[in-house]
Amino acid sequence: MATKKMAIIATKGALDMAYPPLILASTAAALGWEVQIFFTFYGLQLLRKDLSGIAISPLANPAMPMPVPMPVIVSMLPGMEAMATSMMKAKMKKKGVASLEELRSLCQEAEVKFIACQMTVDLFDFEKSDFIDGIEYGGAATFMKFAGETDVCLFI
Amino acid sequence: MNFDKEFDASGLACPLPIVKTKKALNDMKPGQVLRVIATDPGSVCDMEAFAEQTGNTLLSSSTEDKKYVFFLKKA
Repeated sequence: MATKKMAIIATKGALDMAYPPLILASTAAALGWEVQIFFTFYGLQLLRKDLSGIAISPLANPAMPMPVPMPVIVSMLPGMEAMATSMMKAKMKKKGVASLEELRSLCQEAEVKFIACQMTVDLFDFEKSDFIDGIEYGGAATFMKFAGETDVCLFI
Repeated sequence: MNFDKEFDASGLACPLPIVKTKKALNDMKPGQVLRVIATDPGSVCDMEAFAEQTGNTLLSSSTEDKKYVFFLKKA
């Protein structure tokens, strides 16, 4: 049986959108798939050494379950994002959901290849020292080379 | 059923039961049996899909006291 392959483009850096690429990549790797994730735009946040800044906002996020109904004007107040983020993280921990750090290191252990988009690294003035070790840097052509051979290719 | 190793995934949510089951199998020999305990209801379907895609054999899948118990034979 030929090894299956999956390529993911991770473009989002909010807490809820940070999970799907790492969950799917770690699972596919556990199934013996060869996996690459191309991190671009806000997805680059997932490669930072320190992930504590990754947050979720109740603002413009009507699907987010809140303990009490919250008018938009309240969601705008200072501190609301931090509150929503810490509530979400506490809930995740209680339900046994892995932290982003844990999922990311499970991916790296399972040899998921992480590629940082060079153009957006430069655009946002990131330094290589901002990111974890063991990642590669490349452009769209680098990604397409692998993406063209995959069984599953996702844009998240 | 006899088993060579046990992995308790109780309290862990998707995808950890599967990802860590794979890790638990890594240092086992072909033919050895791993017993996995999980509380994630999703793990019932996931363990079947894992076995099917990796070639490991799911010898049994059952429920005991709200826990899901799997026996996997390493390929």
